[in-house]
Amino acid sequence: MARQYETVIGLEVHVELATKTKIFCGCSTEFGGAPNTHTCPVCTGMPGALPVLNKQVVEYAMAVGLATNCEITRVCRFDRKNYFYPDNPQNYQISQLYLPIARNGYVEIEVGDTKKKIGIHEMHMEEDAGKLVHDEWEDYSLVDYNRSGVPLIEIVSEPDMRSAEEVIAYLEKLRLIIQYLGASDCRLQEGSMRADVNLSVREVGSSTFGTRTEMKNLNSFKAITRAIEGERQRQTELLEEGKQVIQETRRWDDNKEYSYAMRSKEDAQDYRYFPEPDLVPVLISEEWIEEVKARQPEFRTEKLERYKKEYDIPQYDAEILTESKKMADLFEAATAICHKPKKVSNWLMGETMRLMKEEGMEAENLAFSPENLAKLVDLADAGTVNSTVAKEVFEHVFRENTDPEVYVEEHGLKTMNDEGMLRELAEKVIAENPKSVADFKGGKEKALGALVGQMMKATKGKANPAMIQKLLREALK
Amino acid sequence: MDITAQTALELGRKIKAKELSAPEVMEAFLAKAESMEERVHSFVTLDREGAMERAKKAQKAIGAGTLQGPLAGVPVALKDNLCTEGMATTCSSRILDGFLPSYTAEAVKKLEAAGAVNMGKTNMDEFAMGSTTETSWYGVTRNPWNPDHVPGGSSGGSCAAVAAGEAPFALGSDTGGSIRQPSSFCGVTGIKPTYGTVSRYGLIAYGSSLDQIGPIAKDVADCVTALELISGHDEKDSTSIARTDTDFTGALQADVKGMRIGLPRDYFGEGLDGEVKEALMEAAAVLEKEGAVIEEFDLGLVKYAIPAYYVIASAEASSNLARFDGVKYGYRTETYEGLHNMYKKTRSEGFGEEVKRRIMLGSFVLSSGYYDAYYLKALRVKALIKQAFDRAFEKYDMILAPAAPTTAPKLGESLSDPLKMYLGDIYTISVNLAGLPGISVPAGRDGKGLPIGMQLIGDCFQEKKIIRGAYAFECATGKQWTADYQRKQTAGKEEA
Repeated sequence: MARQYETVIGLEVHVELATKTKIFCGCSTEFGGAPNTHTCPVCTGMPGALPVLNKQVVEYAMAVGLATNCEITRVCRFDRKNYFYPDNPQNYQISQLYLPIARNGYVEIEVGDTKKKIGIHEMHMEEDAGKLVHDEWEDYSLVDYNRSGVPLIEIVSEPDMRSAEEVIAYLEKLRLIIQYLGASDCRLQEGSMRADVNLSVREVGSSTFGTRTEMKNLNSFKAITRAIEGERQRQTELLEEGKQVIQETRRWDDNKEYSYAMRSKEDAQDYRYFPEPDLVPVLISEEWIEEVKARQPEFRTEKLERYKKEYDIPQYDAEILTESKKMADLFEAATAICHKPKKVSNWLMGETMRLMKEEGMEAENLAFSPENLAKLVDLADAGTVNSTVAKEVFEHVFRENTDPEVYVEEHGLKTMNDEGMLRELAEKVIAENPKSVADFKGGKEKALGALVGQMMKATKGKANPAMIQKLLREALK
Repeated sequence: MDITAQTALELGRKIKAKELSAPEVMEAFLAKAESMEERVHSFVTLDREGAMERAKKAQKAIGAGTLQGPLAGVPVALKDNLCTEGMATTCSSRILDGFLPSYTAEAVKKLEAAGAVNMGKTNMDEFAMGSTTETSWYGVTRNPWNPDHVPGGSSGGSCAAVAAGEAPFALGSDTGGSIRQPSSFCGVTGIKPTYGTVSRYGLIAYGSSLDQIGPIAKDVADCVTALELISGHDEKDSTSIARTDTDFTGALQADVKGMRIGLPRDYFGEGLDGEVKEALMEAAAVLEKEGAVIEEFDLGLVKYAIPAYYVIASAEASSNLARFDGVKYGYRTETYEGLHNMYKKTRSEGFGEEVKRRIMLGSFVLSSGYYDAYYLKALRVKALIKQAFDRAFEKYDMILAPAAPTTAPKLGESLSDPLKMYLGDIYTISVNLAGLPGISVPAGRDGKGLPIGMQLIGDCFQEKKIIRGAYAFECATGKQWTADYQRKQTAGKEEA
């Protein structure tokens, strides 16, 4: 009988925090910007410059720690991780090893119908590095330190996951929590959330872990799923062939769907960690923890219940809307303006999701304002535009955040409600289509559709369809 | 009037009274420095043009009444590890050759805001690692009292400049005695304040947890005035402390009646030069006569201070100096193949022997497997040393100690035996490990005419006590030992 294997997975997740300024200086964290414009002596490692901790970083890290059931370290400290690389201007990274801010937590995930707790070993704060730009034609590289000193938290899980589904569920849960806290936008593609996968396989029933590898460069849930499957197979085959898995770091190439070894354990660097002498320990009081707790926003479960009660929308709607913080925020803000929760929900769950799917887009990247969504809901609800036109206008709202009122006005898309004019038009259509009229009078109800079509065509789709039907019927009596 | 023989405070008063002008004073010191440099070599950068311009600017502000501090218009020399915007700052190392900082160190800014005029940058042991100012890439500094001898270090350039009359006062930095020991060797006064009193922002770090900036001057009053100006909390330095008691000049009272002064037996035993011991015993007797209570006691743990210091300071240095890699600024080797080779060659060629020795020592003690045995153990020793001082300060207002086991050694003597050189730091190092303030004041001369310094050590935040002690001693001895190189020089000529 073939041997049965199980996969053991732990994750190291880096999350870029949404602070306005860097972790140890006042420079902006804004993305983009000409190279080395968001820099100062501190984040470029100038001699004599000293770091000063951004309090907001600690509060975000505490908030994430508390929301993931961690113990907060009352006296936490920064350490230096020493290694040479040009993207790291000091040639050490200020991180936390000995006393990280949070430890021993968990998040609960649900795969299928099974609930499971995934342990969080520890969570620490650290600074991001700069970016190397390799010149393809000349024999040199350039460094951009705009990202240097952008705050990160690294969340290290226990090796508690056993499948790609569990990994994705864990990541989605983490992402949701962090987004709800406003601590980060957690965009995988843009790199504001990055996951390294530690994976080993072992025979079912074994109480010891197999040799693990660490996989890097995973920037979508799909890539993570494929990488896990690829690595599981690779390791299983090695074991089946009686070979050893080598402890190493591997880089996943999602185009080739293949990972290759970056460095083995033997090449592993000695980071010579030691307490950062330029920073004093961070003392976290009970009061401070309580303050952060008190400011903790409503999480998904609470929000879901409130939506059902406050807005009287169905469970299904509430579930989908609260799946992403961005979606929930849009829903609440648009509803606050137009006071039509179910209609707003329909637009978000219908057209918005359809277009997102078409574009392969995440909710975090939605760019239209709740004001414009609310206006559109009102326009459609009042019958100012008919539903076909409304959908067309929404595409412009979705893509360009267009003001729907202005758009409808400028393009003359208002529904025609002028009864006199439509009555005239109806009589004209009846006169021009004797065959359809005869068919209808002969009992073919469908023939009315042809007449309606003619009227819509004549009004370029702007006529109110209900009114057309009513007028036609009256004229045909 | 010989301008360069005046104290900084006298100069400040005369500039204020319009007896002298800031440019006139600057010109006198520049001329003096230019005539002395060949013999002493205190400066790495003597910025004549810039200094004169700054002096003129200061004079304008003084004339307009916007600059009124006690040292307004007075020149100052700065140790070359203090960043000065647009003025080369090298740490006396090849690896920072020609480096122009984009900003000025906080302590320097404070002095400049008070009207002191930067005249240039003084020589030092490379990256402040050394006790002789012989490890500088730019050549050795010599002791103004006798050019065959070292000025001490690492702030040897600053101390020699003051002793030679090239500058009325200077800033130095002290990680293990680098202000107090050369002050003692050069017969000037230097203070190392409590850790956290002066902002380290812009001080190129050697051992971050031990480094403090402090003033060096001809006498106690000058020194204390400068200290008061550079002290104060700085948001840019997380280790700086918000103190409300930095009105140090208020402690310039020649009164030690009833003050209890402890003499650690461990500091006056084997290893201390007989002449130094004799001078310090006489100094203690002077203080006793002034009404202080002198008592001997056992401090303990003395022999552990040096190993603990070299482990901690080197560990921090190995990381602090990692940024000097040829990528961003300073020296880069001329030819190289690839990044790794560039790093290796740049650092091999850019750093001197002593710096490399400490980087390697520091890297070793932080390596996995050795961290606990060396680094953590050293931190524990550091904590125990602090406790030993805490116990002493329960009984004493201050501790009287040597600043060095001998007077200034001859050039070349120390570098041939680094271990012996390290042992020379024995009386100063514990003060840094415990974060305490210490002052060194001239207290005698040996048979060769070389200065002997007395060190007074206070409890954390008790600068005022040691200032009183030092000032009382200075007054009681009629400034007999206070630096006056001119007198010495003239005397020498007369003898000849």
